[in-house]
This record gives sequence, C-alpha cells and structure tokens, in this order.
Amino acid sequence: MAGEANPRLARTEVRFGERLTAQAELLRSSLTSGPGILWVSLFLLLPLAGIGVISFLTRGTYGEIELPFTIGNYRRIAGFGLLGFDAQYPQIILRSLLLGAGTTVVCLAASFPLAFFIAGQPERRKQLALTLLIIPFWTNLLIRTYAWQILLGPDSFLARVASTLGLAEAGRPLYPSVFAVYLGMLCAYLPFLALPLYTAVEKLDWSIAEAASDLGADKLRVFRHAILPQLVPGMIAGIILVFIPATGQFVVPDLLGGAKTVMLGNAIQQQFGPSRDWPFGSAIAFVGMAVVLVGLYLQSRSAAAREGEGLL
Amino acid sequence: MVENGVDRSAERPVAVEVDRVFRRFGDFVALDHVSLKIHEGEFFSLLGPSGCGKTTLLRILAGLDLADDGVVRIGGVDASAIPAHRRPVNTVFQSYALFPHMSVRDNVAFGLRMKNVPEKEIATRVEQAIEMVQIGAFVDRKPAQLSGGQKQRVALARALINRPKVLLLDEPLGALDLKLRKELQVELLALQRNVGITFIFVTHDQEEALVLSDRIAVMRAGKIEQLGEAESLYENPKNRFVSQFLGTCNLIEAEVQADEGREMRALTPFGTVYFAKRDRGPAVAPGTRCTLAIRPEKVAVASPGEAGTNKVPATIEELVYIGAETHYILKCPAGKLTAYVMNSVLGPQGLEIGNRVTAHLPSSALLVLED
Repeated sequence: MAGEANPRLARTEVRFGERLTAQAELLRSSLTSGPGILWVSLFLLLPLAGIGVISFLTRGTYGEIELPFTIGNYRRIAGFGLLGFDAQYPQIILRSLLLGAGTTVVCLAASFPLAFFIAGQPERRKQLALTLLIIPFWTNLLIRTYAWQILLGPDSFLARVASTLGLAEAGRPLYPSVFAVYLGMLCAYLPFLALPLYTAVEKLDWSIAEAASDLGADKLRVFRHAILPQLVPGMIAGIILVFIPATGQFVVPDLLGGAKTVMLGNAIQQQFGPSRDWPFGSAIAFVGMAVVLVGLYLQSRSAAAREGEGLL
Repeated sequence: MVENGVDRSAERPVAVEVDRVFRRFGDFVALDHVSLKIHEGEFFSLLGPSGCGKTTLLRILAGLDLADDGVVRIGGVDASAIPAHRRPVNTVFQSYALFPHMSVRDNVAFGLRMKNVPEKEIATRVEQAIEMVQIGAFVDRKPAQLSGGQKQRVALARALINRPKVLLLDEPLGALDLKLRKELQVELLALQRNVGITFIFVTHDQEEALVLSDRIAVMRAGKIEQLGEAESLYENPKNRFVSQFLGTCNLIEAEVQADEGREMRALTPFGTVYFAKRDRGPAVAPGTRCTLAIRPEKVAVASPGEAGTNKVPATIEELVYIGAETHYILKCPAGKLTAYVMNSVLGPQGLEIGNRVTAHLPSSALLVLED
C-alpha cells in the first residue's frame, strides 16, 4: 500500500533481492556493459562507418582517397565495367559464396559422424578426442596449409595411394585441385561446426527418440523426426561459424587451389594492397558483409517462423 | 474382479505373458527371472521402490530394452524379435517425451503418420483423441507452453490414438502435484474402462496402485514379491516387505507354543498372544519362530486396566490428528504399536498424550508372515 502512495518506490525494480532506482540501474548497466559497448564502438563501428564512407569516394591518381562521392565502386562490383558488362566481380562474389557453402557442407558431413562418435565415447576418451580435435588450432593456419602441400606433394603417401587407385597420375602432386582446397578448408573449419554439434548431441533427449520409436518410427524416421530437430540449434550455430569466415577465406584456395582464383578475401587485399584503391576495396568489403548479413537475416526469419525464436 | 470368491480375470485371454525374463546391467541384476501373465482389459500395476526392476520390465515390453534371457509374448506372439516400432504397444513416458518442435496436434498425429494412415483419417482420429483427453483448447500449442497435467494428457492421447493392444505407463503421474494426481487417477481409470485397453502401470506410490489397479505385482530387487488384487495384497501381505511397502504394519516376533484348535498360542514380547489359524500363509508348528503382523487400523484402543487375551497395557506416546482418523503411537513395556482410530464421535476424541490405555490385538487380525 505504501509503495503505491510513494512515487519513488513505484519506479523501483527488484533485482536479485535489491530494490534499485532507475538511476542506480542505469549506473550498474553502464558499469558492466559500458566497456564492451565502448570497445565495439571505437574499434568496430567507427572504422566500419569510415569504410562505409570511403566506399563512396574516388581513388586519386596515386591512390589517394578523393571526392567526389560516387556509387561507381558498387556499379563496378555489380558488373558495369568501362567496356560494358564485366562478370569479374559478380563471379568473385559467387565463387566465394560457393566456397563458403561448399566448406559448410563438407564440414557438416564430417561433423555428424564425428559428433556422435565422440559423444558415444567413455568420459575420459571424450576429453582426449576433443583435445585431438583442437590441437591443429595451436598451429597457424598458414603453416597448416603449407603442411598440406607437403602431405599432398608428388612423393607423399597420399599421392601414391591415389595413383595406385588410379585416381591421380603417378609422380604428380595432388594440388592444386578442388579436392585439395576442400581438404584444406575442412581442416581449417571442422571444429567450428563439430564442437557446437557435439554439444547438441551431448544434450540430446534420447527419451524423445524412444518415444518416436515407440510410436512406430523406424531408425531413419527416428533420426529425421526426433533427433535432427534437437540438433538444429547447434547446427545453425556451427554453420554460421563456418560459413562466414569460409566465405572470406583466400589463403587456403590460394595455396592449395593455385594462385589463379581470386576470392573475396584476396580481392579486398588486392585493392587495399598493390592496387591502392581503398574506395573500391571498401565497397567489396561492404558487399561481402551485406550478402552474409542478408543470408543470416533470412535464416533467422525462417527459424523464427519455425520455432518462435531466431538468432538475430 | 472377485465375484463370489472366484477370480474372474483368469477367464480372460492373456494379453501379455512374461516368461522367466532375466536382465542384467553389469553386475546389477535388474530382473531375476520374472514371470507373470496380464489379462486383456486389465489395469495391472508394477509396484516397487526405485531400482526394483519395474521400469526395466516395462521397457522390455515396449521393445526399448531387450531381455538377456526369457520370453515376452504379446497377444500370444513371441515379441522378442519384434523391434519397438512394430510392437502393438505404446508407452506414456515418465518425462512425457513429447516432441518439443511439434504442436500438440502433430504430436498426437505422429503415430498414425508413421503408419502412413491417410491424412483425412488422421484428422478425424486426432479430433477424437483430443476430445477424449480434453485438450481441445491447446492443439496448436507447443509442449513447452503446456502445464504438467496438460502434457500428461497429450502424452496419453498420443499413445492411445494408435489403439495399442497394451498401453504401458511409466510413472505417468509422478511429476504432478497431489491434487492433480488424484484427479488424473480418476480420469485414467474411467479412460481405461472406456477404451478397454490393457494398461500396465509402473509406480512406486502404493496408494496410487491400490486406487487404480485390478491387480498389482509388488516387486523388489528384480523379483516379484507378491502378485494379486489390491485387497488381497493389503489384507494378506506375504512377507515383511510387502506388509511395510503397502501401507504400514505392526510386526511382532513370536514363538509358537501350542495349537489350540481354531487358534495358535504364541509367546511374544507383548506377552502371550493368540492368533487365528488361516488357510493362506505359511503353516506354523508349535516350537517354531515367526513374525506376526497387524495393520494399525485393526489395533483397538480400549480403556486402561482391561484384561483378557491379546490385551496389552500401553501409554499414548504420540498422537497425530488427521481429520478422519487419529494415529496413535502406543508405548508398551515391550515396544511400540501404531494404532489408527476412526474419529467417529463429534468433538474431542478424549485421549491425550500420556494417557494410559489398553491395546487390543484381535486374534483374527493377526497374520503370520513368511519372514
């Protein structure tokens, strides 16, 4: 009763058994999340805004960033060249998306058996298996990718097996090739999918699978209707963790796929580096980001329609 | 089921036969050669403390677990080689195990979809099932949006819609509060009478088993201790375990002294006690030791100083008033007795802690236990 009469009390909220005024709550939340917000603003949002502005500017004769404002950079990416339609940049974007999607598929295919295998191990071996999965990450990606060059080299064990099986010419390396690229990508991104998926498998409610079986579902349908739906959140987390960086990846396709193919990543690097065309590089970076964000948005909308909750 | 003293259930066909089923997990024997027969349309309960093997037996019947030895027959057919998804049984799980990503409607329809029943027929049967358990208001909700009692109803509908030969229920009411549990017990019983399907009900709640079941198998450590109708289990427990697990019981160690025609005379810590001879139960000869049991409600509390056979002087040590009855703990020189007395008069019942009374143990109410 007294609380209703007292306007100061009416505005307070109880948090963990404490009664806080609005000001006190604001002070607390800015103390806890303030540093993070500051960090992200200073080192992510601000530079990103800068890149956004630069993407609408013009390259000077010696690589300076100059006025006037233009949408020419974006037109160039969309394929409007000086000499009519130029498919170079649409192709690069498509190729990168394809690499991202392909890597995601390969990682998914490998993660399912791996996640179930590890989850089925006794507790001590689980730890060992998870450690083994992580160990390659103690080594730099560049070094790991060079290591694949050795493992796939002309006299390597793998090359000999392949030639014995008639899959490759004897005495020749297994790279550059699409196979080598995806092997390298799998090696680079597997844990990002396998670990979230493994966590989801560990948390599986098997009684739901038993219920499905009890209600007449054979093994395949038990998986489809009772197990897979429980794994979807873990799968989506892993897919996002793999797809986004894999789309921007260029070291692996460069070293294992031959240096001929330009991806989003090295296209951006090219513009900021040798070509000294920062406005164009910024535009490519923004387009890449936009494509991924649109994809995530669509995913989260469909998830929201399905489950009543999304990621974004 | 008993009419004129004849067990009528035995005339019905056998729905489920468990024949010397053995199951072990490592060194732990969960089921030690259990055999029983369950009749069609029967409400049968497996009652026992946790770890007694009742849930393992249920899972073996469902095909979710396999016996190491022995045979399970469902409708006369050896089910050992039939996988779970093709057995004519359905289960209501303890945790309900509803599909979290499906609406109530899709949960209920799942079994029929798996059997490729035409969608049109599914729709009609789902409507019927939903009506049967009164969940019409929630058909479009997800399980997470339901209360425990509502989930329970969905789980029932999801199982019963398949018209199984046998419905297996694994402590389905265990997670609900007492009031809801009592309500659902009544509904469950009506439902079972209505659909006529054989129910096999696993519970550790003796009262629930007594209320619901046609017959009960009391289990302990992988074995059936005693099997029978509720009344016969309660009135004639075979041994200490059954007598204590089903209700409470005063146990009295006795040394049989003489056969006196219709009664036996025994020496107990409470003095000389006579107990009626009975057809059932172990035979006892003079000179042997045995355990006598008497239910608290059969102990009479009389005024002090009354003498006679089977009458023991006592003091009221503790009393608990619970409305319809008062529970007394009576302290005798040789030990304690529990007595439940109906509060049949209005107002104070007239006995208080410290009062001297006489505990009367009617000879006809004393049972001989096997151990």
